[in-house]
Amino acid sequence: MALNRRLNLFGRYILACCLLVFFVFPIYWLFIISFKTPDEIFHFPPVWYPKNIQFANFSVLFKDGDAISVLNSLILAGTSTVIAMVFGTMCAYSLVRFKTGGENFAVWVISQRLMPPIAIIFPIFLLYVYLGWVDTYGGLIILYTAFNLPYVIWMMRGYIEDIPLELEESALVDGCSRWRVLWKVVFPMARTGLFATAVFTFVFAWNEFIFALVLTRTEVVTYTVQVTHYFGGQSNFWAKIAAMSALGTVPVFITVSLLQRFLVRGISMGAVKG
Amino acid sequence: MSDVKISGLHKTFGQVHVLKGIDLEIPAGEFTVLVGPSGCGKSTLLRTIAGLEEVEQGNILIAGVNVNTLRPRDRNIAMVFQNYALYPYLNVFENIAFGLRARKMPDSEVRSRVHFAAEMLGITGLLDRLPRELSGGQRQRVAIGRAIVRKAQLFLFDEPLSNLDAQLRDEMRGEIKRLHQDLGITMIYVTHDQIEAMTLADKIVLMRGGVIEQMGAPLTIYERPANRFVAGFLGSPKMNFILGDVINRGSSHAMLLTDGETIPLPQRSGGWGQSIVLGIRPQHLERSEPITSVNEVRLKRTIEIVQPTGSRTYITINIGGAQCIAETESMEIGRPGELIELSFDLSHAVFFDPISGAALV
Repeated sequence: MALNRRLNLFGRYILACCLLVFFVFPIYWLFIISFKTPDEIFHFPPVWYPKNIQFANFSVLFKDGDAISVLNSLILAGTSTVIAMVFGTMCAYSLVRFKTGGENFAVWVISQRLMPPIAIIFPIFLLYVYLGWVDTYGGLIILYTAFNLPYVIWMMRGYIEDIPLELEESALVDGCSRWRVLWKVVFPMARTGLFATAVFTFVFAWNEFIFALVLTRTEVVTYTVQVTHYFGGQSNFWAKIAAMSALGTVPVFITVSLLQRFLVRGISMGAVKG
Repeated sequence: MSDVKISGLHKTFGQVHVLKGIDLEIPAGEFTVLVGPSGCGKSTLLRTIAGLEEVEQGNILIAGVNVNTLRPRDRNIAMVFQNYALYPYLNVFENIAFGLRARKMPDSEVRSRVHFAAEMLGITGLLDRLPRELSGGQRQRVAIGRAIVRKAQLFLFDEPLSNLDAQLRDEMRGEIKRLHQDLGITMIYVTHDQIEAMTLADKIVLMRGGVIEQMGAPLTIYERPANRFVAGFLGSPKMNFILGDVINRGSSHAMLLTDGETIPLPQRSGGWGQSIVLGIRPQHLERSEPITSVNEVRLKRTIEIVQPTGSRTYITINIGGAQCIAETESMEIGRPGELIELSFDLSHAVFFDPISGAALV
């Protein structure tokens, strides 16, 4: 009996290890390539672990100024996330408490998210050319905000619905204005949901590719677009691709790690009530 | 301490007419209890006074000021909610201080007021705790403390004890009564529990279907209900109602029950109709003693159910086709199926019109 249980446990560990390798290996491979020399990258049989960890692939990105694209991504994703969160939460509050737009308005809002970006990229490009917004921070921030707002509204609506109305009414009687209620009651009560939604909003904007590809030239190129510059007609610059991809992965990795406890609770809350 | 005057107040939610012309005057310092069954409009009336619902028609005056268009925060009222409405992310001190901080009160004043309220409610030792670390009774004390520190002109309570267990409810009821005696503030209290209403109120306002059925001092309403609904709502176990036909007996009248029993009726200037409902409270249906009153009515009935509660025993019997409860001293009163002789004094009976339900004086 005890032997059976031990075998069972052993089998589970083996399975867990296989799954871990399956999911983690591509990430490992991405990072490890960025530390390899060109010889090691193309060596056969593959070099599983480089003899000397070297940062030349990264330093060249900084030297050529390509690394600025990560900063561009950070500015665009960060700013659009903050704006979308502020306005989205206010909209969600209005939808929940004042029934703004009627019962089905929220569904209409989230339906905007269903539209494939490629379907509207051409008219937006023409509009942006006309407005002189192509290759500007403002242009992309507006676009990312517009695309993330429905998601924020939809998610925050669920979290705000969970806040007992009595808490807000008590604050109103105690001397708060609606704005103060939002700040002192709704935000703290929906804190978990706020963080979880903000992380996903940030990640969506961070990984966005198609708008950035079409609407940027040289000034506000994001890291996702920058990576494509290393795919050449004759050859691909694998070292740069890996190094830039690694640079682009780190901020998201750090963000998610820091906010992990909010993420898990936030997602499970949203799962129960959405 | 302020008086409240409400006149011609109407409120609708969609197609539902929730308040149908409420007129109510509450003198300063009075403890008024709004009581009635679910959906009678009592909570809506309270919320309208608080400013959480808009006034559609009519006027609400607090201390002589029409507050119809004032926001809740400008009415200088404090409210205690059914589910305590404590902020889970703030400790007890900050929960109590919340309203004062919202009004930008100096820190020293906030501290002194919070400590005063905490001492009054016996929760000084809990000030650093979070709401989730408190019991139900402690949470309700914190909620009351939040109202006390405000020094508001009017206290509103929306079923504050309904989430507590029976023992704690009795305890908190006493505390709220003491609080009113100590502070002397005008209080309006909503409950569906008639015992809370009877024990706490200076004045009971009994509502049904968006209208006030009767208001007055608890014992006055209890003794002289305006109609059958009021009579049935106040009192536990509720009043027994027995339907019968009115028959002539020469110069007097009597009530003929469906089981053939007759009960003499007192003289009435307006006479009696064709049929009548007799109301008698369970505690007035007693085990027969030697006759002491000329008004006494004696009945011999079969015991159907016996419910001892310790101090008193409830006996279910059938009188004129109606299931009636008699509340007697706890003693050996027999078993179901046995006969028991009960009596009641007609002066304790209340008569109602069977159609309108109005009390016949």
